[in-house]
Amino acid sequence: MRAPAASDIAAGEAILSVKNVSLAFGGVKAINDVSFDIKKGEIRAIIGPNGAGKTSMLNVINGFYHPQHGQITFKGRTRQAMRPYEAARGGIARTFQNVALFKGMSALDNIMAGRTLKMRRGFLWQMLRIGPALTEEIAHRRRVEEIIDFLEIQAIRKIQVARLPYGLQKRVELGRALAMEPDLLLLDEPMAGMNLEEKEDMSRFIIDVNDHYGTTIALIEHDMGVVMDLSDRVVVLDHGVKIADGTPDEVKSNQAVIDAYLGVAH
Amino acid sequence: MLYREAGQFKTSYAADMAVFPIRQDRIALWLLLAFVFIGIPLLANFQIWPFGSEYLLRAILVPFLILSLAAIGLNILTGYCGQLSLGSGAFMAIGAYCAYKFGTGVNIPLFGLALSIPPLPVLPSILLGGLMAAIGGILFGIPSLRIKGLYLAVATLAAQFFFDWVFARVQWFTNYTSSGSVNAPQLEFFGLFVNTPIERYMLCLIFVVVFAMLAKNLVRGNLGRQWMAIRDMDIAAELIGIRPLYAKLMAFAISSFIIGVAGALWAFVYLGSWEPLAFSIDRSFQLLFMVIIGGLGSILGSFLGAAFILVLPILLDQVPHALGIPVSVETVSLLVFIVTGALICWLLIVEPHGFARLWATAKEKLRLWPYPY
Ligand SMILES: Nc1ncnc2c1ncn2[C@@H]1O[C@H](COP(=O)(O)OP(=O)(O)O)[C@@H](O)[C@H]1O
Ligand SMILES: [Mg+2]
Repeated sequence: MRAPAASDIAAGEAILSVKNVSLAFGGVKAINDVSFDIKKGEIRAIIGPNGAGKTSMLNVINGFYHPQHGQITFKGRTRQAMRPYEAARGGIARTFQNVALFKGMSALDNIMAGRTLKMRRGFLWQMLRIGPALTEEIAHRRRVEEIIDFLEIQAIRKIQVARLPYGLQKRVELGRALAMEPDLLLLDEPMAGMNLEEKEDMSRFIIDVNDHYGTTIALIEHDMGVVMDLSDRVVVLDHGVKIADGTPDEVKSNQAVIDAYLGVAH
Repeated sequence: MLYREAGQFKTSYAADMAVFPIRQDRIALWLLLAFVFIGIPLLANFQIWPFGSEYLLRAILVPFLILSLAAIGLNILTGYCGQLSLGSGAFMAIGAYCAYKFGTGVNIPLFGLALSIPPLPVLPSILLGGLMAAIGGILFGIPSLRIKGLYLAVATLAAQFFFDWVFARVQWFTNYTSSGSVNAPQLEFFGLFVNTPIERYMLCLIFVVVFAMLAKNLVRGNLGRQWMAIRDMDIAAELIGIRPLYAKLMAFAISSFIIGVAGALWAFVYLGSWEPLAFSIDRSFQLLFMVIIGGLGSILGSFLGAAFILVLPILLDQVPHALGIPVSVETVSLLVFIVTGALICWLLIVEPHGFARLWATAKEKLRLWPYPY
């Protein structure tokens, strides 16, 4: 059975929906009966105080955590848990709250690694590195160079990522995710620890990715200004529970959200 | 000519992806290849120092080449894929004994039915020896899907002891010789006989150059990136669609294949006749030290490490002699341990990527010289 391609889903329809998902670690309920959906082509923000369960939610979506209850429907297929490899193959890419790059590899190789699923030649061809294997390597290098140009990291492409400053590492990590040409891109605090200028650059990249490639984006972010500017819709989590869901304006004026952020006891 | 890349513009990705993008490096490589393929045979032919005696070829260059090959194999697994292995000696042994069996004819009695393969020529025997080592590598690599680091090292250590035992005790592998020691078949390749030291050297050189090139291609291609991704962060690797099962077992298979071929060469070309002791745990550690000192995750480092580990005892033996200081054999072997151990500690602290990285850093400095940046 062929998984439906993202193109089978019309813009504005849900590309992903999670229904009644609950996830617990021992006694800690990280996610408690949360449902929401992400529509094709939108930028969807997930916000909430620390420990609200945002990262856990992304981990559920791309199959790294398996929820005890609930269902995930991605591109028309429903299951209780994703598997990381299948999520990747289905077109889900992500970045991590604490950069998870391949530290010993160059920026270029990190982004090239994002092309793994698209490369077809077997190891015998790669070993000879002639004919079709070389053609393939060059074709993918060309795509990766486009991403490098887009992210304006030409100058650092051959540098080992461990030696790059944090802001650039975040950019390379975005590049690696983009190299997968995902249908759904999950960004976990892409601007954490950045200065204003870096944040503006990153916002621009996110909007451009969404505009040019039509990539659906789910974004965790703490900076409310950024969230309000970028996102089409916002879901708010607090202590693992969904407390609000709507446009940035609706969410901003929601009393439960204001309480959660001001730390009002409930 | 200065070591500069100024004026050398890359006009295609193919040129930028070359192993040696800087022209001076390419020239140096061609010169080196010309020397090892043409220069050394000529020098040996005309008995010119230091190739006048057979010692350098037989006792240094041949083992250097073969152990470099084995170090390349181990580096793929440990340096590139991050899977610590103490079983290299065992995989060399599998390569050696299986090549021996294929070379002398395989006969497996199976309840009356007998599977028998007539003696094969040397080249297919060696390659089949490598293939058997690859299968062994896959089997003993399966635990790597669940365990990591030191625990995996213990699993590979189990492989080492298991095969030590097998080749010492299962006489089928030694064709039931009474002493347990076996002799390599006559080395014949496509009608050419390989006997003299220079011929043995050329044979090993061809193997090493071919395998080093193939290995270099692998590690800079898609599979190589998958290995390094698994090494650096296996979780993230899985989330970009790398299958750890495939990537790790391929690393075990290819690594063990190369190590197995090196084992067969070690037995056939260097030793000539051998006992299981030739592939003991000491060999595993020796290879591990080579890749750590030479540089984890570097093909060049495999050569540097092998050269160092082989040349060090000779230096420690000869230098005091030349200076007129009497040193006993025991002292030399003790000194070798001390120097190797100290060097490994120093490298692990100061430069975990070994000589290869020191070399790269030096080249980087030279490229920019005399400016600091
Ligand atoms: N692997 C884990 N093991 C145990 N507890 C976890 C794990 N991952 C997350 N948690 C817990 O789940 C809760 C939600 O964490 P997280 O999803 O990281 O929150 P957020 O990203 O919103 O800050 C926290 O209480 C955290 O301690
Ligand atoms: Mg988080």
